[in-house]
Formats: sequence, structure tokens, C-alpha cells
Amino acid sequence: MAESPFKADIERVKREYSEKMTPGAVARIPGSSVVNKTGSWRVFMPEFNRDKCVRCYLCYIYCPEPAIYLDEENYPVFDYDYCKGCGICANECPTDAIVMVRETK
Amino acid sequence: MEIPESVKKRLTLPAEEHFYAGHTACQGCGASLGLRYVLKAYGKKTIVAIPACCSTIIAGAWPYNTLDANLFHTAFATTGAVISGIEAALKALGYKVKGEDGVMVVGWAGDGGTADIGLQALSGFLERGHDAVYIMYDNEAYMNTGIQRSGSTPYGAWTTNTPGGKRHFLEKRHKKKVIDIVIAHEIPYAATASDAYPEDFLRKLRKAQKIPGPSFIQLFAPCPTGWRSPTDKSIEIARLAVQTAYFPLFEYENGKYRINMPSPKKEPKPIEEFLKLQGRFKYMTKEDVETLQQWVNHEWEKLKKLAEVFG
Amino acid sequence: MTEYKPIKKVVSGNYAAAYGALHARVQVVAAYPITPQTSIIEKIAEFIANGETDIQYVPVESEHSAMAACIGASATGARVFTATAAQGLALMHEMLHWASGSRLPIVMVNANRALAPPWSVWDEQTDSLSQRDTGWMQFYAENNQEVYDGVLMAFKIAEDKRVSLPAMIVESAFILSHTYDIVEMIPQELVDEFLPPRDPLYTLTDFDNPISVGALATPNDYYEFRYKEAMAMERAKKVIKEVGREFGERFGRDYSQMIETYRTEDAEIVFMGMGSLMGTVKEAVDVLRKEGYKVGAVKVRWFRPFPKEELYQLAKEVPAIAVVDRNFSFGQEGILFNESKGVLFNTDARPLMKDYIVGLGGRDFTVNDVRTIARDMKKTLEKGKVKEEVVWYHLKR
Ligand SMILES: Cc1ncc(C[n+]2csc(CCOP(=O)(O)OP(=O)(O)O)c2C)c(N)n1
Ligand code: SF4
Ligand code: SF4
Ligand code: SF4
Ligand SMILES: [Mg+2]
Repeated sequence: MAESPFKADIERVKREYSEKMTPGAVARIPGSSVVNKTGSWRVFMPEFNRDKCVRCYLCYIYCPEPAIYLDEENYPVFDYDYCKGCGICANECPTDAIVMVRETK
Repeated sequence: MEIPESVKKRLTLPAEEHFYAGHTACQGCGASLGLRYVLKAYGKKTIVAIPACCSTIIAGAWPYNTLDANLFHTAFATTGAVISGIEAALKALGYKVKGEDGVMVVGWAGDGGTADIGLQALSGFLERGHDAVYIMYDNEAYMNTGIQRSGSTPYGAWTTNTPGGKRHFLEKRHKKKVIDIVIAHEIPYAATASDAYPEDFLRKLRKAQKIPGPSFIQLFAPCPTGWRSPTDKSIEIARLAVQTAYFPLFEYENGKYRINMPSPKKEPKPIEEFLKLQGRFKYMTKEDVETLQQWVNHEWEKLKKLAEVFG
Repeated sequence: MTEYKPIKKVVSGNYAAAYGALHARVQVVAAYPITPQTSIIEKIAEFIANGETDIQYVPVESEHSAMAACIGASATGARVFTATAAQGLALMHEMLHWASGSRLPIVMVNANRALAPPWSVWDEQTDSLSQRDTGWMQFYAENNQEVYDGVLMAFKIAEDKRVSLPAMIVESAFILSHTYDIVEMIPQELVDEFLPPRDPLYTLTDFDNPISVGALATPNDYYEFRYKEAMAMERAKKVIKEVGREFGERFGRDYSQMIETYRTEDAEIVFMGMGSLMGTVKEAVDVLRKEGYKVGAVKVRWFRPFPKEELYQLAKEVPAIAVVDRNFSFGQEGILFNESKGVLFNTDARPLMKDYIVGLGGRDFTVNDVRTIARDMKKTLEKGKVKEEVVWYHLKR
């Protein structure tokens, strides 16, 4: 699971949204918001220190996007395509395994 | 989104995600987090109705959609009525509604859409006994229109139409106790919940699912934009709202009150701890803080009494 | 096809509406009481109480909520009915747009009643006509039979996928709503043949393929959604005629025309109007014909979509049209007058047209009134010029 779980959905949205207008403004692809890469909003970015992580998942639980998923070894992975850099994860992490650093693009 | 089985076991929340990234809520938005929790609890067999509010935007502009569940966008005042109609239609069409394997009908409305313009429709929904869950996500003002006061705005808060200024024109009414109005309908299940305590919230969502009839949950959902608070403090603020007993967690089930404070033995912290993280309270004088503290004390004592007498 | 043997019942317009809803196998009704509509929803409650139907009945706390609940139910996939009048319809306004914008084929009976203040419970068309821009089809019934037939046809037209828009069946306060008359009802099996179960454009119940309905549309998309709705309303004209013809073939009462003409063949003056007052007008036409006047009548059945083409064809033939409007748009004129005049602007049809504002707030409108109007119109015709375009005919002078 090193790939972002959202990638597949983006492909689907691109494929199916050649679409015609649907009367009643019906939108037929659930989760299609993933085409919108909100990572570009970020000013500070969460930097993850795996050694400090105790896998409590508070960061995963509290991420409002969600932009955190979990890898094969059950560690959090930050999806920078969507992470807006709110800093909640860093603020809630009990071991300081996450620090917010100014984004350098 | 796939989550390994080994992690699922350790997670305190369901791993299934039915709320997708790419939505356009502000950074650190408590409303979006709350909606994510709701969909974790209820999954795909859900119909959500959302009135005009920030969540209209969060759910995505056409043709995009943040939710992985059926969603009907509705007018500001109508959440209670629209979920009543959805529930009635499901029954007419032969669906099982609510309960373990039934279709979940969820109204997801802001505090303005609930405490103010939607109060009548909410009352009608509660009183008629529909099998649906109404969730008021409470960010204590009209955020979508740019931070105006609502009936749920607390005493002393700055909003764009209680802007302070020379004449100290801040919100001078205490927060409307919507939950008390709801309980006055003697519905089977009503509760308060907080973004900071997701396990408690999910437990309540599940209870609301199991218990037949209308259920109501008032969710405390911080709004960094409207509260003038740092985006990383949303959870901390929500936690302090509970710890100061400003927004106590409790549930009302078949006539009985139960307080669900995380550390029941501890005395509430002073209200300043909650206030100081938020720019919206910066115009409050000492007297204002005292007034608010007294209100918190009074309401908290009242709640404890209720839990004692009707526990 | 089973042979059609009507069941004759003496019922009020309101009961005709309730029977229409029952026979249409409506699944959800959400409504709020208001005079003169109330006995419609009372009758439906009685059907439920007697075990004649399993309709889910939602006794909402306002008309705004009534329409909201109807919208929720219709979006979920049910066949939905409601009824209201005047203040109730006005309170629904926001949700009327919501129903059409969501393309939901809800059918509603509106008992035309004058709006307050001052309070009135009596007949006037301004309540429904001031909702003309909400994207609802509007059918004006002349009698109780048309109320019943209208409800059944409205479902079929509204639910047609080419249309998918809500429809309002309009009846007059008291003159129809509370007046008993013979109505030929259709046996249930035959209604079922005519009106199969609803096949919705979308529902909220496909849980494997969830959808969202009515999300924010940017300026880049909104315009097209409105165009689609406009085209649906345009297509409704064709569907109305098809369904009206089919109804006539099956049940003997033909509704294939959006307007109904009465003795207009060689007419010099045609009275044009909508709803129950056209009964009076037709009666007056017979009297006037005997008196030597060459007059006829045109009943506008469907106000939305508006029968443009039909009115043009008519206006080409007749020298003078007297519009009788039981309604008024402040700062302008009677609404039917205004719309029908507008339709002719870019055409070669140039009849003399005058607007008679009659019967507001339930003021009686009689055969004699039509005769007076005929005389006035005759004078206009002789002069060949319209001096006073809008006549407040009923003023106590
Ligand atoms: C009938 C009506 N009046 C006003 C509005 C404008 N409006 C849209 S959202 C909103 C405020 C919503 O506040 P709340 O319910 O607290 O939700 P929030 O935006 O704070 O999440 C207002 C006033 C509207 N959409 N409809
Ligand atoms: S909150 Fe910190 S310790 Fe817990 S899983 Fe996330 S990074 Fe690891
Ligand atoms: S900074 Fe905010 S958006 Fe980014 S991963 Fe952390 S909680 Fe999620
Ligand atoms: S204004 Fe507040 S509630 Fe609205 S999206 Fe932004 S943070 Fe969320
Ligand atoms: Mg709000």
C-alpha cells in the first residue's frame, strides 16, 4: 500500500467524466473529489519520524481530509497530494513523531 | 481505501473510508472531520441530506462528490422535513429503515440550519417519530456566509455581525440549548458529542442507529476560520470545550440522562482555557468571562442534577 | 385492454382530487391543512384509515416542510402527492423551485384562493400564477371531472422521462373545491394500465452506486442545467398532447389540446380565461349567440408550458380577444392577458385585446358579466382601437 489509495479513483473519474450533463445535477461518481489536489494549499507540511511513532493512529483518526493512510507495516503515510498542512496530526501526536516544517516547493 | 487486517484490529474506528480527500473545507475543519466519522459509522447504506451550510461546499461542486453515500442537497430550513420524506418513501418502497441492517437516513446540518431557520422542521421531524438520525454539527455561527452569529453562538463571541467595536457589540446572549429543546420532545435518543472524542461519537452514532425512532446528536465541530483559531488546535479546542464543561458530553436515552465525561472525577477546568486559544473571544472583558463562566457552571450543575435525578 | 365502464360518483372537487391521488397509487403524501384544500388530505387520511391504501402520510408542520418532505420522498423514488392553497403555496415557494430543479415529478393540487391581507379564502388565481416561474407545469381545471382526470394525467406527464418536472393541478376555491358534481371515475385496473408504476430518473436507493443530487454548480455548469429544464418544459407540450390523446382514447374525454376552443369558428370576439370561470363564459357564449353576437370562448388548460402556438393560430383568426383574468400582477396587468399578448408580438396576428380583471377574492362572476364585457368589446371592435387596455370590471362605482 505504498501507493495512495486515491490514485485508482482519479483514473475512474477521468474516464467517466467525459460525461454529459445529468438533469437534476446528479453526480454519479462517489468520492470524485479526489481529482482536486488540495495539497497545493499547504504552507507547512507534516514531517514524519518513523522511529518515534508508536502507531497509536491518532494522526490517522483526526485528519479531516483524510490525507493519512497506513502502510503494510501499519505506519502512517502522509498523502501530500491532499494534506492541507493543518497541523492537527502534529498537535495530537503523543510522541512528537510529526513536526510541521515550512514547505519548500 | 484499503487498510490491512492487522491494523483494522488495532484501530478504534472502522477502517472503511466513505469520505474522500480533495474536498474544499478549510484547513483543520471540524465539520469535515465529523462527516468523515459519520460515514465511518454508517457506511454506504446511507442517505445523507445536507442543507445550505459549509458542508454543501465540503461535499463538492457538481460533478464532484466527496461522499461515498447517497446525498441529497436541500434548502436551508428543510433538513428535518426532507429526511422525514426520505424515510417515509423508503418505508413505502419496502425498505427496512434504521437498525443494524436498515438504511440509515441522516440529516447533517449546521447550527444555524438547526437552532435557527431549521428549528421548526427539526421539531416536526422529532415529534412525528421518523426513523432517522439528525446530526447538528455545531460550529457556533453561520460560517458559510462568512461568520455571522447564530442562536448557538456563545456569549462574548465576536462574529461579523457582533463585531465588538467601540460599543462592545459582541454576542450578548447565551448559547441556545438546542439539545434541551430536542429533549423536550422526549425522543428515544439524544446526545452531545465532540470531534475530539471520536470513539464516544461513534458509539453514539451506533446507538442512534439501533434505537428506533428519531435520534439527535449535537456534535461540537471547531471552525478555525470562524473562531480565529490556529488550524492545528481544532481538536485541542474541542477537547477543552468538554474539559471545561462548556460543552459537556452526555446522552439522553429513554428518559434517562447519562453524563459521558472522559474524566468524570475531575472538576471542570476554568473557561479561560477554552477561550484563550480562540481569537473570537479576544474582545471579552473580565466581566464577560465571568458571565460566561457562571453560565457554564449553572448549566453544568443543572446537567449533573438531571443525571442524578433521572439517571 | 379491459372495457371501460366508468364509476360515477357525486363528489366535490377536493374529493375528486383525493380519488385521483388514490387511483394514481400515490405512495407518499406530505401535506398541511389550509382552506379550501383541507378536505383533500382529510379524504386521503380517511382512505388510509379505512385500509384502502398504504400511503405513507406525513402530517408535516408547515407547507414549506410539506414540499420539502415531498421532495425527499420523490428523490428517494416514491410517487408523491400533496395539496395546498394561497398562503401555503406562497410559503412553499422556495421548495417549488427545489422540486423542479431536482427534476422531481411531484403532483400537487392547488385550490386557487386569494392571498392575504386582507384575509380571504375565496377564489382567485394570483396564488398559482405568481408561481409561474418555478418550473412547475400548471393545469387549470374547469370542473371536478377535470380535477380528477388532471391528477391522473399529471402523473403520467410529469413522470415521463422526457419531462421529469412537477405538475400543479389548479382548482377554484369553493366553486370547485367544495361543490359537488358527478365525476366519472376510472376502475383501478384501467388506471393501472394507463399509469404504470413510476420509473424514476434517479433514486437515492442504489447503495452500491451512490449519487449526489443538487450540488453546487459553478457558472460553468449552472446555465446548462437551466437549459435542460427549459427544454424539458418545451418537450412537455408534446407529452401533454400525447397523454391527453391517450386519455381520450381510453376514457372518452379528450385532452389532446392545451387549449379548448368553444364556438370560435366564425367568432368576432373570443373570451379567453382559465379554470372554473370558463364554465360561466361558455354558458354566456350560448346566450350571446342567441342574442346575435358572434362570440366564442377559449379555455387555456395548460398555463405552463404556455400554449404559444395554439394562441397564435387562434389570434390569426379572431378580430378581438377579451381576456378574463381572475388575477393581477401589480404594476402590470392581468397575467394571462400579459402572457398571451406577449406571445403575439413577433407574429402577424394583431387582434384587438382587452383585459378584464374579474372576480378577485371570490367576487361573483356571472353570465351577465360576460354579456356586459361582450357589449364593451363590441364597441372596441367597431372603433377598431383599444382605448382602455385593462378594465377593473368589478369595481363598485
Ligand atoms: C433561506 C436561506 N436563507 C439564507 C441562506 C444563506 N445561508 C447559506 S448557509 C448559511 C449559514 C449556515 O450556517 P450553519 O447552518 O451554522 O452552517 P455552517 O455554514 O456554519 O457550517 C446561510 C445564512 C440560504 N441558503 N437560504
Ligand atoms: S499520532 Fe504519532 S505516534 Fe501516533 S501513529 Fe501518528 S505519528 Fe505515530
Ligand atoms: S497536516 Fe492536517 S491535513 Fe495534513 S496530514 Fe496532518 S492532519 Fe491531515
Ligand atoms: S469556515 Fe469553518 S466550518 Fe466552514 S469549511 Fe471552513 S473551517 Fe470548516
Ligand atoms: Mg455553523
